[in-house]
Order: sequence, then structure tokens, then C-alpha cells
Amino acid sequence: MEVKITINGQEVSRDVEPRTLLVHFIRDTPGLTGTHWGCDTSNCGACVVLMDGKPIKSCTTLAAMCVGHEIRTVESLEQNGRLDPIQIGFHEKHGLHCGFCTPGMLMTTRALLDSNPNPTEAEIRTAISGAICRCTGYKNIVSAVRWAAEHEAAMKQEA
Amino acid sequence: MQTPAPFEYERATSVEGAIATLQRIGPDARLIAGGHSLLPMMKLRLANPEYLIDINDLDELSYIDERITEIRIGALTRHCELLESELLAQRVPVFRDAEEVIADPVVRNRGTIGGSLCQADAAEDLSAVCAALKAQVVIRGPSGERVTGMDGFYIGPFTTAVGADEMLTEIRVPLRGGAGSAHEKVERRAGDFAIAAVSAAVWIDGGVITDAGIALGALGPTTIIASRAEEALQGKPPSEELFAEAGEIAKEDSAPVPDGRGPVDYKRHLASVLTVRALRRATARALQEEA
Repeated sequence: MEVKITINGQEVSRDVEPRTLLVHFIRDTPGLTGTHWGCDTSNCGACVVLMDGKPIKSCTTLAAMCVGHEIRTVESLEQNGRLDPIQIGFHEKHGLHCGFCTPGMLMTTRALLDSNPNPTEAEIRTAISGAICRCTGYKNIVSAVRWAAEHEAAMKQEA
Repeated sequence: MQTPAPFEYERATSVEGAIATLQRIGPDARLIAGGHSLLPMMKLRLANPEYLIDINDLDELSYIDERITEIRIGALTRHCELLESELLAQRVPVFRDAEEVIADPVVRNRGTIGGSLCQADAAEDLSAVCAALKAQVVIRGPSGERVTGMDGFYIGPFTTAVGADEMLTEIRVPLRGGAGSAHEKVERRAGDFAIAAVSAAVWIDGGVITDAGIALGALGPTTIIASRAEEALQGKPPSEELFAEAGEIAKEDSAPVPDGRGPVDYKRHLASVLTVRALRRATARALQEEA
């Protein structure tokens, strides 16, 4: 079937089987391998993308279910050569080691800051409870999100 | 790589259209909403529908409406909406208790109450919530609607009273005075299915429990309504001794199986402890004495 999805503001159209999962649709499209394909069971959160602004697990969503919806992937965070504050936060606070979980973490926490610009540590931990990181112990990820929350308003004014 | 077996896909534009397709295709067709139970089962070949009808566009099934004597919840209402609903938190707080511990926030953005109930996984939390609240469900088929209670809804593991050409469209939660409700769950780690879970509701009038609902999750082949424990509470003033008695009966009427989440004696112990805790909290809420 012909599946046409808006990914990062661009229409992507391909003829795929109905059983094609969103994560594979996104990754098979040249250049969009930032979305990671992890546990395949909706547990790990590496595949999180935004659907109409809300984080979803793309390994447990059919591409066909996304026709007519806006998908945002980790590639959309950088705008005009400027990193998103959440990306800078992960850099500043060493919020990643191996980096496998990072695209999902970034999209999950981007959505958190969009709905709650000043989350507490507890709110951050709840928001990322569907994303598994085997390296950091989460502490630095929480610090990174707090860093982004604290710097975002000023960075947006500069930009 | 886990991928479902091939199937045909159709996006429904109306409830009637979805039911017509179910009728035309037969038992090989399945409805899909959030898909966070069905797709994993399809990946494992535990479910092999040949035809999927995507009902995510049916906005008319997404609502939480307060009526005079009940709250009506559309089947497509998502977990995140149930969690955030102030109406539910005030009138039937058992919903927020449960939603806070169902999967994780990202999964809750997709999963729906209708899908949860129709999945009929004995370890699923909302089934216990709706059973304890003595909710009714509206099932629509080719010849119209029927309304049934939760007591007859679960026929067996992963099997409900919803026929192959029918669709669950609405959950009706009755509102009565003097009500309190609570959900208690023990899980191995955040977001996991329950090792055991108990939903309880009490209705108190003049210092006496006039009615009670107790439902056990992950403690049998289906969600178990602990009717004998409910009856033991009726007409009596709430007390710790009474809750302990109900907990013992719930333990006797539980039927857990040993698995990776725990052995039988542990799960039966939880049936008793969680029943007491849920009744204690439900009662405090009914009496507006919650700490």
C-alpha cells in the first residue's frame, strides 16, 4: 500500500506492506537512521519519535497508522546548524555514554519540556520511565534535562 | 527482527463501517487502536489476524462525559487522558491510581481503555478497575447495541463477551454517593505487568458499607471478581478486622499460577495484603479522611 507520512516537515511516500513498522519506515528512508531500533517490544524507548507532538514508540506503531500525522525524529532537533537546548544539555552534562538510547531520550524529554518547561527531578524520571539507559544510571540524563530547562528560555531569546 | 505476519489494512471512518467490515471478513479481522497489546502479540504469532481495521480516526469514541448517575468513557479514550482527567480523579480516584502504574508515559499516549478491556489480559489493571466499580460496557454489533456488566464480560483468558462482529464502544461507570475507590499493585519494576493487583470500591452510608466491589488482577486466568469478599463487607461498619477478613476471602478465591513474576504462595499472600490496602484507602476516600 502507498503510505505517505510527513516526517520532519517533509512528505515521504513509499509503497510498503501494511505490516511495516514505523521505525523501519523511518530508518529505510535514506538518511533517517537517527531513530534507533532497540528491543522491538515497546520496553526500551530507543525508537521514540513524536507523533503530532506526543512521544510514541515507533516499533509498536504501523507506518500505515501514521498517514495524516506529523512525525518528528531526532534529526529535526538541530535547526539551521543550532543544536536544540536538550541536545546541548546532554553534551554539557554528559547525558550519554554509548548513545544508543539517546535519540529516544532526546525526543521523550523534548516532548516533556514542550508540555512542562520547568519539570522537577521526579517529573523527569517519570517521563523517561519508558526509556532504558544501560550506561548512565540516569543521573546525568536528569541533570541534562534540568540544564536544558534552565537555559532554554535564554537560548530561545538569543536565537 | 520481529515483524507481524502479513495482513490487509483498512482505516475505519465510522463505527458502523468498522462493524460492517468485521461482519464481512469474519473472525480473521481484528480492530486495532493503540496496538500496544495486539502488535506485540502479532509479532510473536500469538495473534494472526488477516485483516486489521484501524479505528484511531473514530474521534466520536474518545470522551469522558459526566452524566447525573454515571460517567461515560469512550472506548478510544487513551490512558494518558484517563490519567489526566480531573473528573475521574475526583469521582473515581481508582482510575488515576491505576493509570499511574500502567506501562509507561509513552505507551500511555497510545493505549486505550477499550483495547485494554478487550485484550482481556488477566494482569491488565483497568479490567480490575472497571470490575470493582461495577461498570457496564456498551457493545455494538450489526443489529444494534447491548449493555452488559463486567461480571459477564470475561469468558476466559484473552476472551470477552464481545463477538467477532461486535465492538466495545463505551464504558459506563455508575456514580453513587458515599463512594471511595483505590487500586493497589505490586510490580517487579516500573511499567511492568502486575505480580498481583487489587482494585476496590466501597459505598458507605450512615457509617455502614452498603456495597463493595473487589477485583483481583494477575491472580487467576481472568480478572477475578471477589464476590464472597464483597458480600462479607456488606451492612457492616468499616474496620481493620473486617478488611483483614475480606483479604483472607480474596486470598482463598484467588487462583494464581507460578511464573517468572513469583510463586503461588507469594501471589496469594499479595491477594490478601493488597485487598486490605485497597479497602483501607477506598474507605478513607469515601469518608474523606485520606491522609
